[in-house]
Amino acid sequence: MKGYIAKRTGQMLLVVFLLSIFIFLLVSMIPGDPVYAMLGEEVSQEEYDRVFHELKLDQPVIVRYFSWLADALRGDLGESTQFHMKTSEVLASRIPITLFFSIAAFIISVPFGILFGVISAVNRGKPLDTVVTLIANVTACLPQFWFALLIMFVFAMKLGWLPSYGFDWPWVNSMGWKQMIMPLFCLSLGGIASTTRQTRSSMLEVIRQDYIRTARSKGIANNKVIYLHALKNALIPVITILGMRLGNLIAGSMFVESVFNIPGMGSLMVKAIQSRDIPVVQACVLAIALVSCLVNLATDILYAVVDPRVRFE
Amino acid sequence: MAEKHLYEIKNIETSFRTDGKMFKAVEDVSVYLNPGEIIGIVGESGSGKSVTMMSALQLIQEPGKVTGGEVYLDGSDKNMLSYGPNSAEVRKMRGGRVSMIFQEPMTSLNPVLTVGFQIQENIIEHLHLSKEEAKKRAIEMMKMVNIPDAEERFTYYPQQFSGGMRQRIMIAMAMSSEPSVLVADEATTALDVTTQAQILEMIRDIAKKTNTAVVIVTHNLGIVARFAERIYVMYAGGIVETTDAERLFENPEHPYTRALLRAIPRLDDDRDRILIPIDGLPPNPALRPEYCPFYDRCEYHMDKCKSQKKPVLKELEKDHFCACHLTEAEKALKKAEIEAKPVKKAERAVIGDEICLDVKDVKKYFPIYKGMMRKHIGDVKAIEDISFRVRKGETLGIVGESGCGKTTLARCIMRVYQPDSGEINFNGVDIAKFNDKQMYPYRKQMAMIFQDPFSSLDPRQTAESIVGESLLIHKLVKTREEYEKKVDELLRMVDLDPSMKNRVPHEFSGGQRQRIGIARALSSNPDLIICDEPISALDVSIQAQIINLLEELQAKLGLTYLFIAHDLAVVKHISDRILVMYLGRIVEIAECEELYSNTLHPYTRVLLGAVPVADPKVEKTRERVEIRGEVPSLTNRPAGCPFSDRCNCVTDRCRKEVPKLKDVGNGHEVACFLYE
Amino acid sequence: MKDTKNIKKFFKTVFARKVTIINAIIVLLFIFLALFAPFVAPYDPDKPDFAAFLQMPSTAHFLGTDNFGRDVLSRIIYGTRVSLIIGVLAVVVACAIGTVLGMIAGYFGGWIDDLITRLMEAVRAVPQIILAMALTAVFGSGIKNLAIILGISSMAGYVRMMRGQVLTIKQADYIMAGKLQGNKDFRLMFRHILPNSISPIIVMMTQQVGSTILAEAGLSFLGLGISAPTASWGSMVSEGRNYLMDNPVFALIPGVCVAILVISLNMLGDGVRDALDPRLRGEA
Repeated sequence: MKGYIAKRTGQMLLVVFLLSIFIFLLVSMIPGDPVYAMLGEEVSQEEYDRVFHELKLDQPVIVRYFSWLADALRGDLGESTQFHMKTSEVLASRIPITLFFSIAAFIISVPFGILFGVISAVNRGKPLDTVVTLIANVTACLPQFWFALLIMFVFAMKLGWLPSYGFDWPWVNSMGWKQMIMPLFCLSLGGIASTTRQTRSSMLEVIRQDYIRTARSKGIANNKVIYLHALKNALIPVITILGMRLGNLIAGSMFVESVFNIPGMGSLMVKAIQSRDIPVVQACVLAIALVSCLVNLATDILYAVVDPRVRFE
Repeated sequence: MAEKHLYEIKNIETSFRTDGKMFKAVEDVSVYLNPGEIIGIVGESGSGKSVTMMSALQLIQEPGKVTGGEVYLDGSDKNMLSYGPNSAEVRKMRGGRVSMIFQEPMTSLNPVLTVGFQIQENIIEHLHLSKEEAKKRAIEMMKMVNIPDAEERFTYYPQQFSGGMRQRIMIAMAMSSEPSVLVADEATTALDVTTQAQILEMIRDIAKKTNTAVVIVTHNLGIVARFAERIYVMYAGGIVETTDAERLFENPEHPYTRALLRAIPRLDDDRDRILIPIDGLPPNPALRPEYCPFYDRCEYHMDKCKSQKKPVLKELEKDHFCACHLTEAEKALKKAEIEAKPVKKAERAVIGDEICLDVKDVKKYFPIYKGMMRKHIGDVKAIEDISFRVRKGETLGIVGESGCGKTTLARCIMRVYQPDSGEINFNGVDIAKFNDKQMYPYRKQMAMIFQDPFSSLDPRQTAESIVGESLLIHKLVKTREEYEKKVDELLRMVDLDPSMKNRVPHEFSGGQRQRIGIARALSSNPDLIICDEPISALDVSIQAQIINLLEELQAKLGLTYLFIAHDLAVVKHISDRILVMYLGRIVEIAECEELYSNTLHPYTRVLLGAVPVADPKVEKTRERVEIRGEVPSLTNRPAGCPFSDRCNCVTDRCRKEVPKLKDVGNGHEVACFLYE
Repeated sequence: MKDTKNIKKFFKTVFARKVTIINAIIVLLFIFLALFAPFVAPYDPDKPDFAAFLQMPSTAHFLGTDNFGRDVLSRIIYGTRVSLIIGVLAVVVACAIGTVLGMIAGYFGGWIDDLITRLMEAVRAVPQIILAMALTAVFGSGIKNLAIILGISSMAGYVRMMRGQVLTIKQADYIMAGKLQGNKDFRLMFRHILPNSISPIIVMMTQQVGSTILAEAGLSFLGLGISAPTASWGSMVSEGRNYLMDNPVFALIPGVCVAILVISLNMLGDGVRDALDPRLRGEA
């Protein structure tokens, strides 16, 4: 078990290392002169020299990478070209908002998704299954930005029940609670749909296994067979992709933030890309990747706890 | 219903839906059991033997459905099938009164629950004990099935046990609820022979001690001959014959039973016994005819068989039932006719003096690495000190249980692996150290036939391209015409119609696929063919066809065979000499008859003793050799003689020193200190 | 002749269910619209009409007009092209790169496998849409760039699947048989392994077209994909969001189109999967 955790941690560090190379190279991959690309052609010579120097473009790529990495490890990812602030300062207020929405949606969607998935699998072929599966399939195909816009149109603009945009922490502004409802609903829905689909197929796979037949042959009540013998096995593949699930929710919050005008990482990243503010883009990608790597590691460990097969490998 | 039985299945009928149509998997099957009785249900795959037992317990899942019949327990008049599959009544019977163990020990236990929990659960469910009491009983049960350190292993997960141990746990679980019937559905099929014998003997002992009735469901006639008191023979979804074990083997009435006994090789056969295969295949369940389903393969068939409906069981003498339209007189007449038919006897291959394969001191270890830095922490000592010779035209049988290294040895000879040391002289050339390029010209001189006819043929290629691939790779043909001609010739050689050559593997039956595999092996005109368990995946009635084909081809083409198998009866039938392996070492090599009549190595004795013979009379007189423990894993094998920890004749020397293979005369070699 | 028989059988199984037929018809309809957009569209999609901006649906403009007075219906019809071209191209890119990498990783194993697996794990650590966003920041957008970017950002799935396939197939005796007959690695890979792993790849491709279209629409909505004046469903929703009160159809209908096309593609994909792999029937 210890060896397993050590191994997975090592692999994660390797992945983070590879990611850091990729993220660093984003600047070098820009076709043409990265300074012009980032600041536009009309930049003053002074400004050009400053950025050129800051990006250390006069030095070989290896040197640049390691000095960038050293800075990054200290939390310094360069200066934003549009805000003229340290990227870490730009991100500081943004990250908690995006993380809040993704994690809240994650906490809502995983249990509901698992519940619906199990209900659907247990009633396989019956009308209930057909309805749940259909809704889940359709929901998973809806463009999230469009759905966000639709509910905003209906509940905010037509019915006027909820505020149509903005975000405040509830302890700053009591409106915050109401502002949160639509974005969270919208984000969770997609998460519920995909978790439902995955749980259902995993459940159906497990129900076919020999050991379920063994459990039935012992005369154990059906509910116990499903919720004890089958579910514990069926959850394993669901757990293994929890990391991806959170990643998808962070990705989904890009759209939701854009529609509801929430000052999170999503809207920041969009703005940064449009103005080619590469340091901010790098910082955003790095932050998101780190979060999803950490969640992956956590699920790997959780996986070993749930699945004894991993422990005794 | 005059007699009351402990457990009775009457006229059960179960159907499965495929492609929107229902077809009957079993029809009108009745089986009964008395307390403490051991019965056997034998039949080939698809005969419906497992379906019958599962149907009675309502374990059949979609798309199957029990469509008729009755099940009675303890002489009650209440039909258990009238309750739903999840009703309290049925659940009480299933697992409580009637327990079942299944074929695949590796997948039949829940991998995320401890074995203790799984046994305990059964006890709480049926005996209504408290958790602590249930745990105590579970540990007792584990001890009863000889699981060492039961207290500690209570908290182990299934994957911490070997296959044999898992099957013991299944038995402990099944017996823990004090059932009156135990159904063992191919429970030992996936296990090694010695483990199989251990497990079955244990089941018998426990059953006799607790007066539990046992149903042994199997395809192996030897097992029922050894263990069962009464036998049901099933074919194509129905029972064709049933009586007590002695009478069934001495005086089989149904043509199918008679044909089966003529088709299977036995350990106590003469060297010259000819196997008479049953032609054709069992009918596809979806296309079963209205008339007798065995008609098309039956040597006894008469016109009236086809014009009448499927025959029902008739009592020919007391307690001997047979489902056949023919009268005794008709059968006797036919039997004389069949026996008068000349039997085509395969010619024996001429064994030359030339040495085809000379293996000297071959060793192969697989390193074990650990940790991030891939530190070398040890080796799996797969094979060691392997030396033997095979003459041209000879068949050398290689037997041994899982982990004995027979597959590694075959792969070293075929040079899939490179041996760590030693020589492999093939036709006088040492190929042990050759690289791929150097091996290339020798590839066409040796070929292999595989165990699994499903995974050994590329599902996307036609029979033609499978058989012809070698011809193209080694440029053995010059023109397209020559290629076509050669492929047709190869297919004809293995008794396949060349007009089928455009079909893909899944359009062939298992036996036909194995023929394609043989044709592929022959295509490059090899000297040596390694047959790796070539018939063990086939149904018993098909096995004889393939054995005969291999013998015929050997005589015709002067082939040399290395025949690897775990079924000793088959190996003995086909081989000239037999090599016995145990945990990576050769323990004994001898001529077939010599090995059987003058068994020297204690392990060989155990192995031969474990193989059941399909004749209850012979079984009764055979010497029982007690087997201790399980085959240990390769990583913790004993220091001295590999068999020293399980041997009855072990001495101190055996534990320290590894015995060398020594010739004791007659070309009989044995590696044991007893014969020095 | 063998193949035509199989293909016929395949189509028969795919279209055995009515739902699949309906979905196939919807997909074909979109393909038709994309191919014959100039003939089907009632107006020039890019021609502004300042006399008629932000009109509600009428007989002249079935779906009304946008903020430049352009006909929404015509723009939707032309938008089909963008979605389908990018959807298909990206999947081809992802499949081509992913399959080859996966095959190499699975077949050769060892350090090559480790390297490719770690690399793909790194790619998967960044959600697809965010990876695509980062790449558009560097390379810019446009149909060609988007197709390549979306392809690269979704290739990890193919690598993983192909690698798994190869590892399973490598265990099969027929690969060993092939090796023992003297087949070279290259021939084993392309003649024996690839044909046997093709069906899950096809299934994955059909299912990925839909998700790629979804991703493209998302990027365009964020203003990082296809930009004005080219009509694309995502950017139309983005433009229309500011005029929801004037003409909600302008913003909402393109999204409906994305949803319908993606749903149909996915359900068609399910049909293909069921036909190719009966074992999975009725799941997910």
